Amino acid sequence: MLNKKKKVLVACGTGIATSTVVAEKILEECKKENLEVDITQCKVTEVKSYADNVDLIVTTTILKDGFGKKVINALPLITGIGEDDVLKEIIDEIKK
Amino acid sequence: MKISELFHKEIIVTNLKAENKEEVFRVLYKKLFDNGYVKQSFLEGIINREKTFPTGLLLNSNNVAIPHTDAEHVLKSAIAVATLSKPVIFKNMANPQEDVNVNIVFMIALNESHSQVEILQKLVELIQNKKFLFDILKAGGEDELLRVIKNY
Repeated sequence: MLNKKKKVLVACGTGIATSTVVAEKILEECKKENLEVDITQCKVTEVKSYADNVDLIVTTTILKDGFGKKVINALPLITGIGEDDVLKEIIDEIKK
Repeated sequence: MKISELFHKEIIVTNLKAENKEEVFRVLYKKLFDNGYVKQSFLEGIINREKTFPTGLLLNSNNVAIPHTDAEHVLKSAIAVATLSKPVIFKNMANPQEDVNVNIVFMIALNESHSQVEILQKLVELIQNKKFLFDILKAGGEDELLRVIKNY
């Protein structure tokens, strides 16, 4: 259980722009902390089909339904405002 | 690929006077379309996406919008830029009910994402830089704006 690789879903409007930047930031941060993680990117409209198989959902836009999974808003990673706090929150969740 | 390679003089507009975001979209779309970067369907893609997933970003100084849509509407990757002579209202990506007064718009046309991670990261880095935004706004014309981007 302790070393189970966490699966993170990163979602944004189109699934290609802001989610790419956020996914990369999470990956880099995980590397620094020697954490293994599995990241999948998708559009916010596709979250439902991926939600069951992930441990954490990270999004840059509004997600109305997290399908029972923890959802963290990662827009601060794009605007830079409050970025460190959100990154820490994501990493802490991955470490759990 | 360096980010400066996605910016081109023919898809830059400075001091655009627009009444609303749709007008900005139309102007930038036309530049992208006329120069062969996007398909005709791109404009509708941009407008529709903006309605449900707005791209206004509330920053600390100047506000930016990063409209973009699905890769299927794009022929060749590029980033069109418009600086606005007066702010135009966009909705906030973080809260679609909230208005953001935007004065710089980066219309991103990507035909696929994973090879463009560095470019997107660089763009995000740039929009977080107050001085960069300030310098972009000060640029008097397309040549100058392009020079500013290449210097960062």
